Amino acid sequence: MNMKKITMAHGSGGKATNDLIKNLIVENFSGSILGNLGDSAYINLCGDLAFSSDSFVVQPEFFPGGDIGELSVYGTCNDLAVSGAVPMYLSFSLILPNGYIMDDLEKIVKSAAKAADEVGIEVVCGDTKVINSHSSNTPIINTAGIGVMGASLNDYSKIKPGDKVILTSDIARHGMAIFSARKELELENSIQSDCGNLYSIFEKTGYDGIKFSRDATRGGVAAVLHEISDKISAGFYLYENMIPIQEDVVYLCEFLGFDPLVVANEGVAVIISEAKKAQKILNKIRQTKMGRNASIVGEVYETNNVVMETKIGGVRTVEMPSGDLLPRIC
Amino acid sequence: MKLTVDFKNPELAKSLIDKISAEVFDEKSYNIMEICGTHTVSIFRYGIRSVLPENVNLLSGPGCPVCVTSQGEIDAIFEILAKTDICVLTFGDLMRVPGSRGESLEDMQSEGYDIRVVLSPLDAVDIAEKEPDRNFVLVGIGFETTAPAIAASVVSAEERSLRNFYLLAYNKTMPEVIKFLLNDSKLNVDGFLCPGHVSVVTGEEIYFSLPENNKAAVIAGFEPVDILSSILYIIYQINRNEFKVYNNYSRAVRREGNIKAKKLLEEVFVKCTASWRGIGQLKNSGLCLNKKYEHFDALKVFDVDPRPAIAKEGCRCGEVLKGYILPKECSMFGNGCTPEKPFGPCMVSTEGACAAYFKYSS
Ligand code: SF4
Repeated sequence: MNMKKITMAHGSGGKATNDLIKNLIVENFSGSILGNLGDSAYINLCGDLAFSSDSFVVQPEFFPGGDIGELSVYGTCNDLAVSGAVPMYLSFSLILPNGYIMDDLEKIVKSAAKAADEVGIEVVCGDTKVINSHSSNTPIINTAGIGVMGASLNDYSKIKPGDKVILTSDIARHGMAIFSARKELELENSIQSDCGNLYSIFEKTGYDGIKFSRDATRGGVAAVLHEISDKISAGFYLYENMIPIQEDVVYLCEFLGFDPLVVANEGVAVIISEAKKAQKILNKIRQTKMGRNASIVGEVYETNNVVMETKIGGVRTVEMPSGDLLPRIC
Repeated sequence: MKLTVDFKNPELAKSLIDKISAEVFDEKSYNIMEICGTHTVSIFRYGIRSVLPENVNLLSGPGCPVCVTSQGEIDAIFEILAKTDICVLTFGDLMRVPGSRGESLEDMQSEGYDIRVVLSPLDAVDIAEKEPDRNFVLVGIGFETTAPAIAASVVSAEERSLRNFYLLAYNKTMPEVIKFLLNDSKLNVDGFLCPGHVSVVTGEEIYFSLPENNKAAVIAGFEPVDILSSILYIIYQINRNEFKVYNNYSRAVRREGNIKAKKLLEEVFVKCTASWRGIGQLKNSGLCLNKKYEHFDALKVFDVDPRPAIAKEGCRCGEVLKGYILPKECSMFGNGCTPEKPFGPCMVSTEGACAAYFKYSS
């Protein structure tokens, strides 16, 4: 079979590039702004804006529960969503390895388009380049997004002892899905990435009572809580038995020697809310598909550290993740 | 699967905590050493120290594979890399261990050296088979736990007639280090939490010297209920002065161990002297490749000798491993030595006592 592949010509700016953009990119992302193919996209927005950008390098690019296409859209939209913005416009840029299989690229673009539709964000501009496959053998995607602010959820000074900490979903699924997708582990894996649209949660809850929120991606929930506690004079007290996590995820984490709190998520927000309104917010979060496993996992407390009461009633510090997760000897 | 859930049962754990409190005598102190990195981590992750009476002290012994690997053994990896264009295959834990000159495998990797993390020794053989034009060295570290899989990788490489796969055979064994601890007059330990995973392979026999020397010995699993009940049994033994090896992990450990795994070790390895960090050379405590498999021996093929350096100057890891000091007593702790920029190996591995103290106790 003659499989169509990406060649250097697809990044040259000539006909091959144009065809790729027209037939693959414009074709899949609906919207007239992109279709215009001008040097810039004209957009019209009013009010305070949020602007966020992220680059995505994931290996393997297709993993249980998702792929780099949807991840690159959700990732940036989630950053906007947890910042209190309504995601409006997105750029989508591909850096493709020479020789990359066209069918796979099409799958990636289609799933990115589907994710954009789901969030309700319009892809308005982008770029495509081709690099030597020695530099990377999987696509690299950069997206940047603009959103209109609904509330500022990035103000540390609002956080006060007594506030509640909500996790919008069960943790550590994305990191463990990526690990289990590595064929060396030979796991019959049932762990699916949690990669998804966090805006759906804020659409449901609104912003009443929510003081602060952040996306718990790399470094997991632990990194987020440590980053916050570094900026404020208070800290966090968590209850292990309240932390939502799937049983198979617990086992894989134990097997590899990871604390689930430091493992990456792609569909979990940490929300800090007024104590009085926490339960109400939680109830709403649980009505969404993304948030059905949400839980109140702890509270802000006076001491400036991050600790957790374990299931057996012990207390320990939650580690600040350092560097890449390296599996232990097993 | 259900089994494990029960061993995490909070009510059961709490009743054990109460029993421990009731059993200890206030005026006595109980020093209990774990000799397994996985126990070290479990004890911290479940916050077990914080629920025990103050006079029950848990010490981390020489049970973390990365930590006990001597400096000379680490340096030999760098020497091979400097000498030949070769790919080093390693377990993730070793990536940040600094060599004598301060550089780690992670640093070397970013300088362009070919260093890859493998999750199991058999992956290493697969990789070597896939790239026949490249030479590969697997850094084989660990105790009786990892040794069978490493032995299996060597057998598999032989069966596939691979001649581009080599092993740094650094595996160490428990009985001799236990003997070393027992002969150490400075050792202040009343009982041992014996390593569950090692015991799966070795069986109970390797601990018989402990009760003979009036030390409590309980083979323990890794869930909170496993660890707490084992601590309770150790305290029983100490209080009654009746010492014996008690297998409290019988759901995984058989008295005689895993015969098949032991046979595999005999097939591939021969006992040899190994250098332990901070402890020194211990006769018969290492597993070297035997004559039949010596063509896989990276030390011989690349003609390197793990230099005698057993420790890194300034790092007190050795004293930590012998239970003489707590990590916090090392002046480098958190101050020139952190998990991001470790100075010594006990700060590198998640299972290292220094790293565990740094991460989990404020
Ligand atoms: S704190 Fe660092 S330098 Fe000190 S003993 Fe531990 S590993 Fe060695």
